[in-house]
Amino acid sequence: MEKTIALEMKNISKYFGSLAANKNVDLTVYRGEILSILGENGCGKTTLMNMIAGIYFPDEGEIFVDGEEVIIRSPKDAFEKGIGMVHQHFKLVDLFTAAENVILGTKDEKRYNIKEANKKVQELADKYGFIIDPAKKIHEMSVSEKQTVEILKVLYRGADILILDEPSAVLTPQETEKLFAVIRRMRDHGKSILIITHKLHEVMAISDRVAVLRKGEHVATVETANTTPEELTEMMVGKKVELNIFRPEPKNPTDRLEVKNLSLTDSEGIKVLEDISFTVRSGEILGIAGIAGSGQRELLESIAGLCHATTGEILYNNPKTGITENLRDKDPIQIRELGVRLSFVPEDRLGMGLVGNMDIVDNMMLRSYNKGHSIFVDRKKPKDLAEKIIKELEVATPGTHAIVRRLSGGNVQKVLVGREIAASPTVLMAAYPVRGLDINSSYTIYNLLTKQKEEGVAVVFVGEDLDVLVELCDRIMVVCGGRVTGIVDGRNTTKEEIGLLMTKSESYTLENNEEGGISSGNK
Amino acid sequence: MATNKTHIYEPLFHVVKRDTIPLYKSMLIRVIAVAAGLLLCSLLSLILINANPVEFIETLMDASFGSERRMWKFAKDSAVLLCIALAITPAFRMKFWNIGAEGQVLIGALAAVAVAFYMGNSVPNWALLVIMFFAAIIVGAIWGGIPAIFKAKWGTNETLFTLMMNYAASGIVAYFLVEWTPSGSSVLGELKVGHLPQVVHPYFIIILSVLVLTVLVSIYLNSTKQGYEISVVGESENTARYIGINVKKVIIRTMLVSGAVCGIAGFLIVAGLDHSISETTVGGSGFTAIMVSWLAKFNPIVMILTAAFVTFLDQGASQMSTYFNIDSSFPDMVVGIVLFFIIGCEFFINYKLKFRSFRKKEVQ
Repeated sequence: MEKTIALEMKNISKYFGSLAANKNVDLTVYRGEILSILGENGCGKTTLMNMIAGIYFPDEGEIFVDGEEVIIRSPKDAFEKGIGMVHQHFKLVDLFTAAENVILGTKDEKRYNIKEANKKVQELADKYGFIIDPAKKIHEMSVSEKQTVEILKVLYRGADILILDEPSAVLTPQETEKLFAVIRRMRDHGKSILIITHKLHEVMAISDRVAVLRKGEHVATVETANTTPEELTEMMVGKKVELNIFRPEPKNPTDRLEVKNLSLTDSEGIKVLEDISFTVRSGEILGIAGIAGSGQRELLESIAGLCHATTGEILYNNPKTGITENLRDKDPIQIRELGVRLSFVPEDRLGMGLVGNMDIVDNMMLRSYNKGHSIFVDRKKPKDLAEKIIKELEVATPGTHAIVRRLSGGNVQKVLVGREIAASPTVLMAAYPVRGLDINSSYTIYNLLTKQKEEGVAVVFVGEDLDVLVELCDRIMVVCGGRVTGIVDGRNTTKEEIGLLMTKSESYTLENNEEGGISSGNK
Repeated sequence: MATNKTHIYEPLFHVVKRDTIPLYKSMLIRVIAVAAGLLLCSLLSLILINANPVEFIETLMDASFGSERRMWKFAKDSAVLLCIALAITPAFRMKFWNIGAEGQVLIGALAAVAVAFYMGNSVPNWALLVIMFFAAIIVGAIWGGIPAIFKAKWGTNETLFTLMMNYAASGIVAYFLVEWTPSGSSVLGELKVGHLPQVVHPYFIIILSVLVLTVLVSIYLNSTKQGYEISVVGESENTARYIGINVKKVIIRTMLVSGAVCGIAGFLIVAGLDHSISETTVGGSGFTAIMVSWLAKFNPIVMILTAAFVTFLDQGASQMSTYFNIDSSFPDMVVGIVLFFIIGCEFFINYKLKFRSFRKKEVQ
């Protein structure tokens, strides 16, 4: 296929305060290609794409579409140039149907006609092989269906250049495969597709070329066929990174925490946890896999005493005293008073685990401020602890009095994990501890968890990257819709097996999709 | 897809967020804002009342610093305002929007007056003052605690609730005024007892006590466990839950403190200044104090400055209406304009404007 240039960015720079989010970036996109924009979190991938999509305006540089210089001031301008972006967070009206969402905001000469719209959306979907019911309401849809609507929305507006921001972040491996098939079909129709991602295996699987960004600068654009994941990582990080996770065998594991038949009904009467039973053992990492919102958060919060399960038991075997306690109806302070050393790294770091607007020292004393009888707080020990953590975990910060919110994601997480580990826990629960972190910080966190495991701590790790779960955990529990659908051995399982368990109780959607896939394939 | 290029321009400017700004620069922006606000006001006065700008500024300064008497009055008014601002600050740090300081001060003042009215002749003056003080604190705390209990137990909206409590407080005061004035005038004369001792100057004790209170509130908020809990609850209730803070308890306790300090303000007004009470004893200071507290970003020490500044504007403006013999809404306008500039300048502290660059396009 002959290559014509669809879009070109020359010398693009964008500054946020003194920080250069993008600096002198040159990028070329051809017609009919899939280009991955690869880089670590915070390297300016999304910012760069937002400038093409009209969300941000570049401080310097020029953008050319079809060889002609353009100025894109708003998403509307971008659509006029045939550029459309599918954001990570969907922007859909929940109460509208798929077709209504797709046509929303478009100008049509004719009167509004929902049948016509349904038909047009269906035609568009068939053209590229999307499986969608145009009359289905958004709030009844699964995440992957919503994503389909978002992509259709962009296509309907005549986009020839599509930008997808981390499209696989919310999908199971099976759904991702389907999405990739559709993306390839769009490419074959001559569209240019830009995929923002930081997942290497996806880059290798889908893209024709890869543009690598590092710290806002464009490192290189290479043909996917001529590169390796190792080479790409090196470009992304700037130095060689070992991508293996060390997994020692658990040493004499004993049952530390037994959860029995735990159920939780929320205030709206919805069962968020249903009959959950599992055991956490000392000296091993138990992984929890599942689509986001399958009850992982509620499960950990029930154990930590932040919410109280309706029925069931949470039994803790105290290794010091040998006494077994039921933690189900205890609050965090009662749990601590029982001598249970339970540490919890919650999913929402700045909104729960830490106070974003406080400095590192004040965050250090969140757990311990109430010790002693003085009415005054003691900031001496927290300050020592802060200094220790900054030194040992190599937290990049201007000092112990830096406001936590201003630190980068990786450093925020080091502060939080550091504090929780400093309490020398016997059970350590971490929910999505590497979300938003760069590769180096992620591996630092994996190593910290493994080190805790070697010291005999019972570690619970809720993760989303299945590749990591399979490499890091000794056992993996899969949850779906608040139920346990399987507990597998981390050393003998595959992503695919976990992926299937993740959607087990929702098997009907899977079947529907497969049927639809076959019928569209017959056309 | 040829686009008509000549019709699309780069936007004239776009807004860029600053990450940090050095202190001197942010102060400079604030000073410029105040200057610009005053300049606009003097221009307005030139147009509206034909007062020349120099005269305008002079009158403004004269009102607060023109004589020793005015300076004392300025200090006293600042102190009272500061005291009420200190009272609402713990609640505001907790993001509990207590706009009921007006009522909490008034009800505290009423308690003090009631003590003086009923017990005035049976106990010595010092004992009377002590009882008045504690009565004001307790009643103020109750008045502040009621909305907090409702908020903690049933999740009621504290803004509405505290606002309504203001009207209830002034209704109760009106009732007692009728009770206490047999003539039916509803104007309570000056109480003969329960006066604060006069040292150095009639206002000296008030000013001193408020300064001491400022230090105490500052220590309470920044160095005690309770103050720390307030900050955590205010920043994130989820974090508070996560570490096991009893959020309801903190809400109620903090509002008791807030109401109690309002009670102190009420006591100071009664025992040190008015020696009487009416429905307008607080005169809107309960609301002005909200601004004082906000402008200082809830920092008690900085509040000394913001309270003084707001008082300075207020007095200057009312002096002007006397001096130029104009309607009292003009001073309100002046205060409004200057405050608008001060609050508006926060935008320029957080953001900067990046103007269109007039670079030559090499493609042409």
